[in-house]
Amino acid sequence: MEATRSRGQTMGHNRTGIMASPMDGRALERTASDAPPPHTESLVATQMREQLARQGDRLGSVPTITTARGLAEMALHALQGHRLASFIDKLGERLAFERSGVRAYEAVLVKFEALGTWQGGPTRDLLREQCNEELAHFHMIKQIMEQLGADPTAMTPSADVAAVQASGVFKVLADPRTSLSQALRALLVLEDVDADGWDMLVEVAASTRQDQLASRFRDALATEEMHKERVREWLSHAALADAQRTGDGWQQASMH
Amino acid sequence: MALKLMEEKGVPLERQRFTMRELTPAPMSKLDDDAFTRVRIILMNGIEMGASRFQHLAAAFNEDLREPLARVRRVEHHQQTMVNWLLSPDDSPLDITLGYEQVAIEVTASIAEHEPDDYLAQVYRFGLLEDFDHLYRYSALADRLEGKDANNILQSYTDILPGRPTSFEHRDPHDDLRDHYDRKAAAPLSKVHALTLFMGEYQTHNYYLTIGPMYTDPIARGLYAEIASIEEQHVTQYGSMCDPDETWLEKWLLYEATEAYNYHSCMQYEGNPRIRAIWERCLDYELGHLQLVMGLFKDIERRDPAEVLPEELPDMIDYTSHREFIRKVLDKEVDYTAEGHRIGPREQFNDGARSAEYRDHLNKDGSFSDMVAENYVWRPGTELVDRISRQAA
Repeated sequence: MEATRSRGQTMGHNRTGIMASPMDGRALERTASDAPPPHTESLVATQMREQLARQGDRLGSVPTITTARGLAEMALHALQGHRLASFIDKLGERLAFERSGVRAYEAVLVKFEALGTWQGGPTRDLLREQCNEELAHFHMIKQIMEQLGADPTAMTPSADVAAVQASGVFKVLADPRTSLSQALRALLVLEDVDADGWDMLVEVAASTRQDQLASRFRDALATEEMHKERVREWLSHAALADAQRTGDGWQQASMH
Repeated sequence: MALKLMEEKGVPLERQRFTMRELTPAPMSKLDDDAFTRVRIILMNGIEMGASRFQHLAAAFNEDLREPLARVRRVEHHQQTMVNWLLSPDDSPLDITLGYEQVAIEVTASIAEHEPDDYLAQVYRFGLLEDFDHLYRYSALADRLEGKDANNILQSYTDILPGRPTSFEHRDPHDDLRDHYDRKAAAPLSKVHALTLFMGEYQTHNYYLTIGPMYTDPIARGLYAEIASIEEQHVTQYGSMCDPDETWLEKWLLYEATEAYNYHSCMQYEGNPRIRAIWERCLDYELGHLQLVMGLFKDIERRDPAEVLPEELPDMIDYTSHREFIRKVLDKEVDYTAEGHRIGPREQFNDGARSAEYRDHLNKDGSFSDMVAENYVWRPGTELVDRISRQAA
């Protein structure tokens, strides 16, 4: 399927660089070259940041487990104290991440419907499939947390950090001016981190002999690895299509 | 515990100083601090902003007050900085927006419950149901744009339900003006209430105008523009409740008393000892400002501050959930509208032709607030919890 409404990149009057202002740019460069090269090692600001990082508060805590039943007994036995808090923290992170992942795919689907795709690019069915898989993962983690007696509606510290990390990605996805390939590149950031997050959960579950959990996490990891590979492939096809077009001249550097 | 305005002297202005490090305290914890700590920070930032704005205007009109205004205003500015820097930077602009609406709901509900004047209390209940709807719309945005649960910010104190629909809240400016309190007859608490909400809503309006254009999503940009328009109406409404015949110095006294009253309320409820100490320090500073302005009032106007201020202000802002009160108001008054200075059921006013025409024009190309929350029902853990159940079925 060829793109019919691709968003091509064109050469134009971009004003952001010094070369865009021949007179003022040169004057600015002269002013800058008049100043001697500064010493930028061991800045006071860096020392202050280090000091505050050492004494700073934590972002917050992991909510305590109130009721334990079923799966919980075994898991709680294997995961005591600090390790348990860390495990719940990471589960909370995956839950929030997968839930947000559904919305990320919905945003990509908006681009797909509005702008179309390219040869070797994403299809509607595959995007929907991956969106549903994010939803299924959210559901799975929610169930596991409930079985552990943890609160799946709470925001854990790692979930909080992940949301801050992803905030730029969502800005790219929601911007009606970005192309499908730009959105997919942003999505790849999420998928990359997502797969890594599942890998970590597999390790924790396996090292504490939570075989059943480890197996479920491995399945999710395999799915997320596939998501990542597909997004990469779609993007490489987009790059290939661009390269083929640029062979015709410099007018259009990218069509997507 | 009542605040003794005349008795408490606070810290004299000349001893009110800050270092830059004091102005940038460590923030509250988004996860572990109480949601009402965020509510208090947001409100007090708005109140300091309002005090500063008033003092700039007062200086423009009163040459003999320029010097004391400049001195007090510098401290107000630094207090505002110290307070606003308590916000947690892992709160997104949308998280903080939810906090602003929680302020508008819970603080307005507290004021509506304590307000001794029936008409003014009615105005507060009217505004309350509009901000209540804004919270619902922003919660839908958080859920549908980024998969986030607004209740992580609200901490279960405040319901996420539709109120008076935002798209219906647009009114002709004539219908946003209210009767003002009578400076000679009104209870001091009524004056403090009106100023509190005037300043709080003004800052909400500022905040939405500042962060609205930073969104990339067109629906989010539209929603902020739409709700900012309603907040402008609210600023008009609450501002019009203050008696315009008060003198500049009379108003300055009331601003300082309002600041002190609000810091006192914050202090009484704050559970975080580090932040409580900040409220206490600000209260002492405001009492110092009040002393100075009382002196100016005596010297310049040759009037006794007791004409304006009571010995003590009794009821505090309740930093608690007002769920039951709000549900009752929602049940009885959601269909109310305003015509001129009056508020009441739509049928009483023939549905206000002037505002209907204004609203129809504004909504002619569609309403962002309707779009963002189309068929939205909040669920613990976001509406995606329902989608899971539907898929399972």
